[in-house]
Amino acid sequence: MIPEFSATAARPPKAWWWSVIALIALAMVMLPYYVDIALQLDLSIIFVFALLALSMGFLWGYAGILSFGQTIFFGLGGYAYAVLALNTGMTGLPFLGALLIPVAFSALLGYFMIYGRISDIYLSVTTLVVTLIFEKSIRSTSGPEYVIGSVRLNGQNGIPGVPGLTLPWLDGAPLSIEGVFYLTAGAMLLVYVALRLLLTTRFGRVIVGIRENERRMELLGYDTRLYKLGAFVLAGGIAALSGVLYALWGNFVAPEMFNLNQAAQVVIWVIVGGRSTLIGPIFGTGIVQYTSNWLGTVGVGQVTLVLGIVLMVFVLVFPRGLLPTIGDAFGYVRRRVAGRGATR
Amino acid sequence: MTVEPILSTTALEKRFGGVRAVAGVDFSLQPGELRCLIGPNGAGKSTFFKMISGQLKPTSGEIRIAGHDMLNAEAYQIARSGIGIKNQVPDVMNGLSVRENLWLAAASRHRGAAIGRSVDRITERLALTAILDRLVGELAHGQRQWVEIGMVIVCEPRIVLLDEPAAGMSDEETVLTAELIREINKDMTIVVVEHDMQFIRRIARTVTVFHQGRILIEDSFDKIAADPTVREVYLGRSGGT
Amino acid sequence: MLTVENLDSGYGSIPVLTGLSLSVSQGEFVGILGHNGMGKTTLLKTLIGILPATAGKITFAGNVITSAPAHRRARAGMGYVPQGRGILPGLTVRDNLLFAAAAVGARRSGQLEEALDDFPRLKAYLDRPGGALSGGEQQLLALARTLIQKPSIVLLDEPTEGIQPSIIDEIVDQMKGLRQRRGLTILLVEQNVDFIRALSDRVLLIHKGTITNEFSVDALTDTTAMGDFSSVEH
Repeated sequence: MIPEFSATAARPPKAWWWSVIALIALAMVMLPYYVDIALQLDLSIIFVFALLALSMGFLWGYAGILSFGQTIFFGLGGYAYAVLALNTGMTGLPFLGALLIPVAFSALLGYFMIYGRISDIYLSVTTLVVTLIFEKSIRSTSGPEYVIGSVRLNGQNGIPGVPGLTLPWLDGAPLSIEGVFYLTAGAMLLVYVALRLLLTTRFGRVIVGIRENERRMELLGYDTRLYKLGAFVLAGGIAALSGVLYALWGNFVAPEMFNLNQAAQVVIWVIVGGRSTLIGPIFGTGIVQYTSNWLGTVGVGQVTLVLGIVLMVFVLVFPRGLLPTIGDAFGYVRRRVAGRGATR
Repeated sequence: MTVEPILSTTALEKRFGGVRAVAGVDFSLQPGELRCLIGPNGAGKSTFFKMISGQLKPTSGEIRIAGHDMLNAEAYQIARSGIGIKNQVPDVMNGLSVRENLWLAAASRHRGAAIGRSVDRITERLALTAILDRLVGELAHGQRQWVEIGMVIVCEPRIVLLDEPAAGMSDEETVLTAELIREINKDMTIVVVEHDMQFIRRIARTVTVFHQGRILIEDSFDKIAADPTVREVYLGRSGGT
Repeated sequence: MLTVENLDSGYGSIPVLTGLSLSVSQGEFVGILGHNGMGKTTLLKTLIGILPATAGKITFAGNVITSAPAHRRARAGMGYVPQGRGILPGLTVRDNLLFAAAAVGARRSGQLEEALDDFPRLKAYLDRPGGALSGGEQQLLALARTLIQKPSIVLLDEPTEGIQPSIIDEIVDQMKGLRQRRGLTILLVEQNVDFIRALSDRVLLIHKGTITNEFSVDALTDTTAMGDFSSVEH
């Protein structure tokens, strides 16, 4: 029997894990000194999407909630930042505000879905529908009457000229490409580490217990709805952060942030990388994004078709995703070696 | 002697469509009791347990736990008020290890280092040490029952409901289960549903017989085993040996 | 009729059965007794083909079926009543039975009536969903569903679990009747010593994934059984 999800999340990370994290952090600090700006931009957007994948991977793989709608909070975060920053001329407070608005919305949406005790499959469908409603609504705001403060929403065309983040200690100049690289890399690494540590806490272990058997957890005295809502809002916050960073990276937000294509891509990243780990969604995002960029440059043309085939192969051959499969293979080899040692 | 019952139901009823699975049960349990509940298949025993523990909403009637009205309480609130239940079919976190299952149970009651201490205590008491790191889903049926019983007791409930605790256990394990039940009865009030009459004889003081959603009779084990109606609807020729 | 030689099986990397051998003749009722975790359920799952055998050989009615898929074994006449019943909860009792009959290609009318004659208690529930039955009633349904397929051998995994004493007596009578009428063969895994004694011709003892002992049912009085049982354990 292959467990569908990982069961070992509760163990605190070991020293080697901290060393690897430290090495990666160091590599990130050094990277801009060695690679050109184009690669920094490519990596930054992969980090932004990796955050989005993390938000879904955490919710699906650990809390057992399959939300197709992490793009709701991604898009809301991006739009909220654009509107707030353009209206106020500030960037720091809008950054915070753009996190709070999607978080509040995820609490509201999550409350109705989770306290209404709708089944898992309806939760998935509801989230998908809500993100499509956002997309359609924003697409239809091209008229001049759709203005928030002094900012026109512009419908299909999105909002251009979203200001970059200015930091007081940088004399009010917006973040450079290098700065955005540091910001996105740091955010991704911090969120990854925070989630990994969260899984060892009482909250983390309880949501895994709820994923395994919600009724039993209730009979043990846990208010499972509160824990599920907590996980949903946390994931919403991570998706919102990803959306704000996206707006900072491209200085642009558009209704595509909410659309089906974007929502489906998140699912693909998570499935390819492996939902039963946190590192899986990050690698899945990197691999899929890199592959589609590469397919675009060599002129294959049918990028979507090729990606679709890749996804099907993964679902059929590596149902647990890339990283857990590699982990299994390592474990198998190690047991084989250990077993041979024991019989000798 | 009139002590306030720790658990009581009045005219409790549950309908599924046109079927009255539980059809008006007045049940009362004194603190410290070890009550056995027997009855034919489909008599409504498990449905009764599920209503008390909040897994099913009653159609009508009243449930009181230590005097408090719990009719519309959520399952987790009932659990916090001190009711622990082992369901008929093993109901555990199959994808997690035995240790993790026990930890989650203990963490619903304790905080900090006390969680680990109570997990250690229950592991030793139920002799689960050898299987502590196995996935519960890979264990034999009877072992999962033990894990679930362990999860219930580690929460230190006031009332323990056990639905067929000896199912899937060998004779020897059944004896151990009976000993365990008698031992925890020193601290907790217990209600057991079982079909194994040897097991009932070993632990029972008062036996309540369910039949067609109602209480048929309530008496000592020997009187129940000798009752002609009980023999006819339930025991058959083996006669409770 | 059923021969098992040096069978190995288990879950993933955990071996459960190690070199298990046994044989069951036509019309024989064989009981298997053993503690939890000794491999009783794993043995039945490997015989019916839900778990793959990692080594050894299973022969059934003259054919080697070691690597045959489960549905083929079922069609060859192997019936299996799993622990935990495994009924289809959303379907009515009638549909649970008819699906089972259709799966082995039986289209005769009257098979439902025949099954209900064997299990008259199910008549009252025909139009109720399987999931709405109580645990013991589901167990009866699982038995009836297997027998409606007219298997030549039935693998029973703790069939008395959750069933009231008087019905256990009826099941014993029915099984004995089926042996006389149809030459039914049974391989039974059970913890209830009374039931295993009432039904089996001989009893095998399983310990740590292999058969360690065999005795006739007459030798299986309470004391010897408990004695042997515990001596294996310690």
